[in-house]
Amino acid sequence: MGLRGDACIVGYSEWKAERHSTVEPRMPLHAWADAVAAALADAGIDAHEVDGICCAADITESIQFQPATIAEYCGFSVNFAERLDLGGASAVGMVWRAAAAIELGLCEVVVCATVNQAAPPPPTPPRFDDRWVYGASSSAWGSPQAEFELPFGNIAQNCSYATYAQRYHDLYGWNERARAKIASDQRVSACANPDAVFFGQPITPDDVLASRVISTPLHLLEIVMPVHGGAAIVVTTADRARRTPRRPVHVVGCGERLTHKTATYSPELPHTPVGAAASAAFGMAGVRPADVDMVQIYDCYTITVLLSIEDSGFCGPGEGMAFVDAHDLSYRGDFPCNTHGGQLGYGQAGMAGGMSHVIEGARQVMGRAADRQLRRHDLAYVTGTGGTMSEQSALVLRGG
Amino acid sequence: MSERPVLPKPRPQPTPITRPFWDALREERVILQRCGACDSWVYYPRARCPRCLSGDLTWTEVSGRGHLFSYTITHQPTTYQFADEMPQVIAIVELDEGVRLTTTLVGVLHDELRIGLQLVPAFDHGDDGLTLLRYTPA
Repeated sequence: MGLRGDACIVGYSEWKAERHSTVEPRMPLHAWADAVAAALADAGIDAHEVDGICCAADITESIQFQPATIAEYCGFSVNFAERLDLGGASAVGMVWRAAAAIELGLCEVVVCATVNQAAPPPPTPPRFDDRWVYGASSSAWGSPQAEFELPFGNIAQNCSYATYAQRYHDLYGWNERARAKIASDQRVSACANPDAVFFGQPITPDDVLASRVISTPLHLLEIVMPVHGGAAIVVTTADRARRTPRRPVHVVGCGERLTHKTATYSPELPHTPVGAAASAAFGMAGVRPADVDMVQIYDCYTITVLLSIEDSGFCGPGEGMAFVDAHDLSYRGDFPCNTHGGQLGYGQAGMAGGMSHVIEGARQVMGRAADRQLRRHDLAYVTGTGGTMSEQSALVLRGG
Repeated sequence: MSERPVLPKPRPQPTPITRPFWDALREERVILQRCGACDSWVYYPRARCPRCLSGDLTWTEVSGRGHLFSYTITHQPTTYQFADEMPQVIAIVELDEGVRLTTTLVGVLHDELRIGLQLVPAFDHGDDGLTLLRYTPA
């Protein structure tokens, strides 16, 4: 059961993460087409071969029917069309869905993309949208979140991840320096990545702990920096992959789990759905956590990485802090984690933030990571996390 | 940029299913749904039991007592409407019946906060006829 590993990532594109965009403003559809064209060029595959698309909810020109709009705009005739709504888990979710559709024989070349570039100024002022205030927290009538969360100020992500951290530390011990070390180790990798928003800006655990507390116990430097960016990935059959210029990256394991939207109702807090997604992915791939050469773990917050390391099985419950203390998580260390700097060091380009982990896994496996290239780079574990540890996806990638 | 109206603080907008819960809070009573098929307690109110999907749910009055499951002290308002409540103690409370809810704690010193702290309801009556179920140390 599961993926046979007969679908491969063969190319990708990724814009440099930028706090203030220096590229020409473009509409999301335009950006989507640009990202996909660059990824296809990277893979050496013609646009007319595309017969599958995976998108997320970022095509603001068309609230509904996004896959059809994309197919029309790009001139694709597709047999497989997915629009994912898994937040930060969308990118990982796209890649395994693409691989599954390819293995089913539905399609041969699937393009997956998410974009977060600045758009040109609109000709008429946009109608006020209360998502400008509440973000991804739904304020719609009848939404459980609107009725039972928003009136108390339980809005957006900071306070929810903080409740994970609070209960985790109360159960297992108050080593806050371990969380800080995750941010500083990843910053070492960001300093080896010229595309990272914090390139050239190393930090220490003391810097992290001295930064402003936003929502106890989380500090400013434990929280992602939003950036402009965008990314695309090309997935195809192992057979087609043989006629591409790169080392194919086989999708050999995947898992997914959702149990709640709001942390309050998580059945396992402070543990997370990462556990179920990881064990499915490792089981499908026939490998153990200790076998992988690198991990690219979704990192909207430091606590996300700590909980994901534990729940994925790299150590036991409550052992994550000692594990982080005992290992160097940078690209030059003994537990390479988020070798592009992670979103904490690279930046979070909307849902393309999750794409950065998949692409860095593929980049390392292909041997294209330049100054931060790992010596052993055959097997990668990648996670995506959406909402408040509410949407969870995992991948195992193996070099061909 | 278009005009950005200043939104009021978000308030609950009951639905036909949830209305009895809010009506009870106004009378300083806490009622929860209980499943006739699997005996589970249900929070937040909904149409079917999230354990067995039975629609056989009956409102039952409870004490409202519980303990602190987790919390955070927000030093930066989650949205501008909460600037007047800074710092907020946003809390997850586990009721004696085992269900969890989101609330804020009032009348509590930050250094007495600890997981497991026993809590009782503090009914916060609004001008709009709605009462928020906040909590305070027992």
